[in-house]
Amino acid sequence: MVRLTRTPIAAGIAAALLAALTACGGGTSTSSGGSSHAKTLTYWASNQGSSIQDDYHKLGPQLQKFQQQTGIKVKLEVVGWPDLLNRILAATTSGRGPDLVNIGNTWSASLQSTGAFVPFTATTFNRIGGENRFLRSAIGSTGAAGKPPTAVPLYSLAYGLYYNKKLFAKAGIAGPPTTWAELIADGKKLTHGGKYGLAIEGASIPENVHHAFVFAKQHGADFFDASGNPTFTTPGAVQGVTQFVNLMATDKIVAPADAEYDQNQSVSDFATGKAAMLMWQAAGSTLKAHGMTPSQYGVAPVPVQSGTPGPGDIDSMVAGINIAIFKNTGNLSGALKFVKFMTSDAEQKTLNGEYGGIPPVKSALSDPAFSTPELTVLRSVLANSAAALPQVPKESQFEQLVGTAMKNLFADAAAGRPVTAQTVKQQLASAQQQMG
Amino acid sequence: MTATAHPHTPPAERTSGRGRAPGGRPRVVQRIRRVGLPYLLLLPALIFELLVHLIPMLVGIVISLKQLTQFYIRDWQQAPWAGFGNYRVAVNFNAAIGAALLHSFLITCAFAAAAVGLSWLLGTAAAILAQDRFRGRGLLRAVFLTPYALPVYASVITWAFMFQYDNGLVNHVLHNQLGITSRPTFWLLGNNSFIALVIVSVWRNWPFAFLIVMAGLQMIPRELYEASAIDGAGIWQQIRLITMPSLRAINQVLALVLFLWTFNDFTTPYVLFGNVAPQAADVISIHIYQASFLTWNFGEGSAMSVLLLAFLLLVTAAYLLVTSRRRSYA
Repeated sequence: MVRLTRTPIAAGIAAALLAALTACGGGTSTSSGGSSHAKTLTYWASNQGSSIQDDYHKLGPQLQKFQQQTGIKVKLEVVGWPDLLNRILAATTSGRGPDLVNIGNTWSASLQSTGAFVPFTATTFNRIGGENRFLRSAIGSTGAAGKPPTAVPLYSLAYGLYYNKKLFAKAGIAGPPTTWAELIADGKKLTHGGKYGLAIEGASIPENVHHAFVFAKQHGADFFDASGNPTFTTPGAVQGVTQFVNLMATDKIVAPADAEYDQNQSVSDFATGKAAMLMWQAAGSTLKAHGMTPSQYGVAPVPVQSGTPGPGDIDSMVAGINIAIFKNTGNLSGALKFVKFMTSDAEQKTLNGEYGGIPPVKSALSDPAFSTPELTVLRSVLANSAAALPQVPKESQFEQLVGTAMKNLFADAAAGRPVTAQTVKQQLASAQQQMG
Repeated sequence: MTATAHPHTPPAERTSGRGRAPGGRPRVVQRIRRVGLPYLLLLPALIFELLVHLIPMLVGIVISLKQLTQFYIRDWQQAPWAGFGNYRVAVNFNAAIGAALLHSFLITCAFAAAAVGLSWLLGTAAAILAQDRFRGRGLLRAVFLTPYALPVYASVITWAFMFQYDNGLVNHVLHNQLGITSRPTFWLLGNNSFIALVIVSVWRNWPFAFLIVMAGLQMIPRELYEASAIDGAGIWQQIRLITMPSLRAINQVLALVLFLWTFNDFTTPYVLFGNVAPQAADVISIHIYQASFLTWNFGEGSAMSVLLLAFLLLVTAAYLLVTSRRRSYA
């Protein structure tokens, strides 16, 4: 009896499983997987606009244009920052990724070491117009020194200090601060009644790391030595990180709530007047999306220790987005055509204009669109007082571990626990040990 | 356990026919024909079990013996063998990686104990209270089951919003409206994150305990309660002397299942805290995820996973051994 009823069920299950098996074997993933024929390309773009949807709106027409020119259809997927590196890693491991991908320029050397991308040798570069089209500073963030770049600069960015003109005037502050002491003094004047002097993104790993890098540099420290080994606990690095976290912990010009921020809440806090200052990369287009017009805010270089930023007292990292080609692509010539298209003068002007970035292509830079007050400041920062993050294979681990350590320090600061040179050193030492 | 033991036929066969079977064909062939069909039908399931569970596990074990870092992920078979190097690093509790793993392990144990205990307590209490008939019992039972029926992501992300420092509902009620706390509390940072994690986990899992215990209660004969009431037993005595002993078998399975679920839970902490959990809530699943994916050291991550697997196997085996032995004495 039991057997009679069981057999058909088991047979049914077996049949269903077989059907599933054949389905697995026969089907191929259509969304990912490098295009093998000449008429399509898959492109993973990073989230540059105010939202992922916004990116589709901005990139869509450009991709149409590319299709009209070359007959190649580009399948676009915009990937948010929290997922991008993981998606790239998964694509690298499985060998089934897109043809082209946007990467944060600080990851260049790390991703280069995986060997998953087409290196831009002199010959490859010539097919997209030559290396000389690009700014030196931007090329400095495309891979380890002495190796052919693993990616090509697409958008360049730098940090600036955005300040709310109305709140500054109300507090009787004449102009933007140039030293940290001034910023703290101004911040204290601006902090009252639920409003704070400065907004920061305390739980964001990349933001934390960028600031850690700049603050450490201002104290004469690097997170890696010349041979690429981590040196997280040098006095300068500890002082730099401590100074940054203390903006919340002891100076109290940053809202404790900021320790939780990792989804650009600090930008909306600045746009809505909850904070009077913000250190951000090309925030203009995002601020506009939040309803803040360029006349309402000013942009100045981020303060430095000495008051005059320069190569010895930097105030920004060389931020930017690079575009890379996966080695697994079945359509290398199409992919190169697309890189050439994206780095052409016309596209550089359009896309950087849309995203508020700075073209890393010299000939596009002269366009008057990039001479707004905001971009003039950021351009000069990029040209004079910005440094590239270390281009070493372990850079991405450094970002994760130090970024996490700083998130923990901000959590301490927010909860009112003391943040001292000792606790900072402890966190950084633990991060360094985990580098392995 | 007794319910799963089907009467087996093979022993009987062994005694009956020796040598050649009536058909003249060798006994073995006939036996295969007779016994073979069920196994044949099990074959697809077996293949899939291998494919879905065992092979990935074995691959994981192989990876744990390799130095699989960013330099080799493109072709992981090229990665050099590390022997037990990854394991040594993972269990070296004097160095940062091992110490962090141990810390994470202890946090996870505390978390699992708190979450399982509270889930069980709530589930059992609610099941017992909802046992007697009253108006609206069906509705109440349905409402109790809602957390279990909701998609994990949707419900946990809602909790994450509620726990926010600035605009969260929890702080709004506790601080702004009731004035219980003198200042808003960080629920997703620092030590409170552990409490937040336990609350969400219990909220998600207690309906399961409720469901299982409720089913178990149906099986206890009502006469037992009536008889004990005549003998003068109060409600507590009834629970202690009738309900709990009758539920023992069910509770044992329930506790094990809840333990395994909470110990391994990745989704809840991941949605609640994101990529990087605060130290006080750095449970092992997230920790291993970070060790492998965020620092690109998959060999290390695999070694930690294998250690976790070994631990859970050990706990499960010991638990089953102890509980089944106790039952056979009873």
